[in-house]
Amino acid sequence: MIVAERKPFDEIKESIQDYKKVLVVGCGTCVAVCLTGGEKEVGVLSAELKLSQKAESAPAVFGEATVQRQCDFEFLDEIKDIVGEYDALLSMACGAGIQFLAERYPEIPVFPAVDTTFIGVNKDVGWYEERCRACGSCALAMTGGICPVTMCAKSLFNGPCGGTNQGSCEINKDQPCAWYMIHERLSKQGRLDNIMKICPPNDWRNQTPQTLIQPGYEERIESSK
Amino acid sequence: MKSGSQLEKILTAGHFAFTGELGPPRGTNIEAIKKKAAPLKGMVDAVNITDNQTAVVRMSSMAASLFAIAEGLEPNYQMVCRDRNRLAMQGDILGAYAHGIRNMLCLSGDHQQFGDHPQSKGVFDIDSTQLINMVKNMRDEGTFLNGQEIDEPPKMFIGAAANPFAEPFEWRIFRLAKKIQAGADFVQTQCVFNMERMREWIKRANDMGLSEKAYILPGVTPMKSLGMARYMKAKVPGMDVPDYVIDRLKGVDKKDQADEGIKMACEQIAEFKEMKGVAGVHLMAIEWEHKVPEIAERAGMLPRPQV
Ligand code: SF4
Ligand code: SF4
Repeated sequence: MIVAERKPFDEIKESIQDYKKVLVVGCGTCVAVCLTGGEKEVGVLSAELKLSQKAESAPAVFGEATVQRQCDFEFLDEIKDIVGEYDALLSMACGAGIQFLAERYPEIPVFPAVDTTFIGVNKDVGWYEERCRACGSCALAMTGGICPVTMCAKSLFNGPCGGTNQGSCEINKDQPCAWYMIHERLSKQGRLDNIMKICPPNDWRNQTPQTLIQPGYEERIESSK
Repeated sequence: MKSGSQLEKILTAGHFAFTGELGPPRGTNIEAIKKKAAPLKGMVDAVNITDNQTAVVRMSSMAASLFAIAEGLEPNYQMVCRDRNRLAMQGDILGAYAHGIRNMLCLSGDHQQFGDHPQSKGVFDIDSTQLINMVKNMRDEGTFLNGQEIDEPPKMFIGAAANPFAEPFEWRIFRLAKKIQAGADFVQTQCVFNMERMREWIKRANDMGLSEKAYILPGVTPMKSLGMARYMKAKVPGMDVPDYVIDRLKGVDKKDQADEGIKMACEQIAEFKEMKGVAGVHLMAIEWEHKVPEIAERAGMLPRPQV
């Protein structure tokens, strides 16, 4: 899933200070799972916003709405009848969702209430860890299912570096060294041959905006353009 | 000859090589380079010019290498993967060679998080093994990484770094093998303090025939004080400082610790001279360049052979 973290309250408040009617828009998918931007967090943020301006003369109005997925026009349509009542939208979805919301309602200013941080996993309730940087040429077959791009601080393809420290990465004792883990796993599986050969430079396919059209959908997409 | 550098000539002639190190200034202070360079002249065969070492901004290693040449030293131009992508690297290699630089040491580089600009974006487009291979292909195939032809290819004598001490220990020798397979002509190791492990690592390199394929130069760093030894043990990632090093420095008077550190370094060098598979030593006298003549003298490295 995509993991995001709520922005500092003061930054959020400042970004919308010029608007009197703000709709806080949550997303029911990734950011809800990581407890950042789902229905509950939308409620908490708008309550905090309301509270923080009690003393002010003309308090702003905060509405709440949470759609199933902000990264999907179909779900964004659900709020089409109410957005017209607001002069700004405050999105709690990931960066992709925020952009799609802005694209669906281009006449209304949209502001982010979260910082989108990574593609990661749910280690436990409230505990998430990064696992993938979407490099576009997945190397997991070679590395025993441990991502060298994300989990190695230097994105090495022929590791470990000289700084590896008894199983920890040189950047931090609490961060395991990816290449130490890769070696350990491949060694246990009898697959060390995988990393004996020199791995050639990666083809970084995430350097331009990417589009994917699944086979069989080309025509349909062409005709809808 | 691959590059015809002084270092290559010394090593291929079978002499025991001796290399030093010079860190560029944190500014444009050319006098500081001259001051560091003067005591190294005639004492070492080549001088490593570090590249934004410990991820702290300094004068570029290429520019400082050129100043080193002007001072009569042969540079071993260091390049890290942290700060440049493949385009910038290849462009710099062309420029370095055209300016007379003939040795290059290819490194990953310390992570930027440790340095003076921790907010920076690390590049790491290719890694050190891939960099070695790229420089080799530029030299031997006359091609860029994309396979296109180079108009007068750069011919570098290619160096790699190795850390014989980091875990998993059994993998270290294979990583060395990969770097040599990628094209490393010589290998400079991390500072050696743990001699038992070093002997074992060299033995494995000999058993695998690696010391015949590349020249191995263990890194020697004289301890200036007990404090430095303790710091390196506790704080420097990948550094293996055994207790007997600490104990020996503890055993002498504070004012004699520097001298004891030099004595220990000389003992290491003496052992390396006799060790099968070792082709020289790389002296990393960190911010202690003025002591290099004394160390070279006491270690019996003088005069340097003329080839
Ligand atoms: S190799 Fe690339 S695609 Fe595969 S997990 Fe890592 S970043 Fe993601
Ligand atoms: S210590 Fe391991 S994880 Fe960290 S940068 Fe080096 S190889 Fe990568």
